[in-house]
Amino acid sequence: MKIYVPRDSAAKALGADDVACAIADQAAARGIDVQIIRNGSRGMVWLEPLVEVDRGAGRMAFGPVAVADVCALLDGTLAGLGPTDDLDWMKRQTRLTFARCGVIDPLSLEDYAAHGGLVGLRRAAGLTGAGIVAEVTASGLRGRGGAGFPTGIKWETVRTAPGDRKYIVCNADEGDSGTFADRMIMEGDPFCVIEGMAIAGLGVGAEKGFVYLRSEYPDAIEVLAAAVRLARAAGILGADVMGSGRAFDMEIRVGAGAYVCGEETALLNSLEGKRGVVRAKPPLPALEGLFGKPTVVNNVISLATVPVILERGAAFYAGFGLGRSRGTTPVQIAGNVARGGLFETAFGMPLGELVDDIAGGTASGRAVKAVQVGGPLGAYMARDRFATPFCYEAFDGQGGLIGHAGVVVFDDSADMRAMARFAMEFCAVESCGKCTPCRIGAVRGVETIDRIAAGDAGAVGLLEDLCETMRDGSLCALGGFTPYPVLSALRAFPEDFTAVREAAE
Amino acid sequence: MPTPPAPFVPQDEIAAIIAAHLHLEGPLLPMLHAVQAAFGHVPPPAHDLLAGALNITRAEVHGVVSFYHDFRTTPAGRHTVRICRAEACQAVGGTALADAALARLGIEWGGTTANGAVTVEPVYCLGLCACGPAAMIDGKVVGRVDGARMDAILTEAGA
Repeated sequence: MKIYVPRDSAAKALGADDVACAIADQAAARGIDVQIIRNGSRGMVWLEPLVEVDRGAGRMAFGPVAVADVCALLDGTLAGLGPTDDLDWMKRQTRLTFARCGVIDPLSLEDYAAHGGLVGLRRAAGLTGAGIVAEVTASGLRGRGGAGFPTGIKWETVRTAPGDRKYIVCNADEGDSGTFADRMIMEGDPFCVIEGMAIAGLGVGAEKGFVYLRSEYPDAIEVLAAAVRLARAAGILGADVMGSGRAFDMEIRVGAGAYVCGEETALLNSLEGKRGVVRAKPPLPALEGLFGKPTVVNNVISLATVPVILERGAAFYAGFGLGRSRGTTPVQIAGNVARGGLFETAFGMPLGELVDDIAGGTASGRAVKAVQVGGPLGAYMARDRFATPFCYEAFDGQGGLIGHAGVVVFDDSADMRAMARFAMEFCAVESCGKCTPCRIGAVRGVETIDRIAAGDAGAVGLLEDLCETMRDGSLCALGGFTPYPVLSALRAFPEDFTAVREAAE
Repeated sequence: MPTPPAPFVPQDEIAAIIAAHLHLEGPLLPMLHAVQAAFGHVPPPAHDLLAGALNITRAEVHGVVSFYHDFRTTPAGRHTVRICRAEACQAVGGTALADAALARLGIEWGGTTANGAVTVEPVYCLGLCACGPAAMIDGKVVGRVDGARMDAILTEAGA
């Protein structure tokens, strides 16, 4: 009998380690042969710890499982959810990037290869750099970190840039609230990230890669570091990648709690051992990046999607999606939701379907007031925007962004003035300090919202002016996009900005 | 609030940590992490040694240490409790949870209890956004933390 108990940190946060220990103890006490596999998460966080039992007829799901349920689980008397793959949440997804996540043992290269792993890299090893980059370009893959820049074009710039040394940098500084896709794949299918980086290395002619992984993710650091050692021992990394005669190796570097280091140029400075201060562009990192060398900086999910593109072909991947948003995106549904987790789907699903149908509305049972899409720099959207299809262009057209595809749901008890104030406060805490609109503007923004709260109606116009200055005058997205949550909250929920004053009068 | 005197830190141990990382490209952050892992903070004597080893000024080292939220120049309490303040946790009552924890301990964000048992730090997202409010106790994650659970965590930590 095989029993799968996730090692994903969301599952651990809900007691998975204790459940795994209890299963091992009970199995030993009963003298039964149980193989416990610590897999990644299937993404159904509301069911975690989601335990799967395979008695030879496929994987059956149980969850959430508590330590007290373990005896019944082993007796076969615990009520279950049925076959995991038949669950509605699983059936409705298109899992390309996350195909293996939660299915395999994250640190078993044998499992990885048995589920399509390394096919893409093996193919890439037989292609020229230009051939690899052409495939990625044809897939229509765009940066999943938020900016949505075409990955193939970035790679081509690096490939053709002159340089004695080039780098692949994986941005794993997933600081946006409501997002955990990077964490999940690093914990659940780390070889996929490594394979994507190796393909990128072969594609652009880089022999060295860095993963900049945030310190808030100790479990992901542990799993990915172990996977790198295994990949190196197996010849996937090193002087002769998969027998291609070409070299690529990588290091994991741990961040130090600065949100702004998710911005690519601040990240590069941090990797160089400097303050994580944003650099002015140009020069583009693709031409003068890490240590001044041509550098690919890609998000974890962008890189983790490359293997499936090489494995199944650019046309297959580009066959999913809507308009210029090709392929799939792992939507992370979070906050006050009945069913939170990771749901990978082709671009184009309406926001309302994700919130009301997939996520099942709020956990509190109250009405949905607003959703924030795209992390702390994303706009708050009320129900009147729920028809917006989930893709880059449609959200841009609504004055928002999909960012790293996080959706945070708030019920009607949320105070949107407090959320707007928090957006400014967060920007003030995390500003790198290089440009004035962000460094000073965020502090003034908090003060101005406090004036509005105190009943100064004239401060509303001032806040709008300030947001315009920050949007147009900031060097990077931190100061430039903080106005999104602030102004969207102000415009969609003006009553939250006047209630205090009316109550006082 | 007076800061307690920093404990004695042997310079040769710091020098050994620095030497072990000198071969890296861009070694300063890995060195700082390693020093902090060994001593619980980055003691001021380390600044001189780092500056000397990397041929940068003490001001540059100070600039880097002070830029990042993770690096401390004084020791924390015996246990560090990090409570998520980000939006997804706010949507499920994270703010009230954090306020109650700080009020119980009688400290502000970043403060340490008088008995030195617990330091409470804010964290902006632990990636546990679908099972908030979230917290981390010395590197161990916990989700769906309510008031009773937080009380138990703080009591166990000796606060």
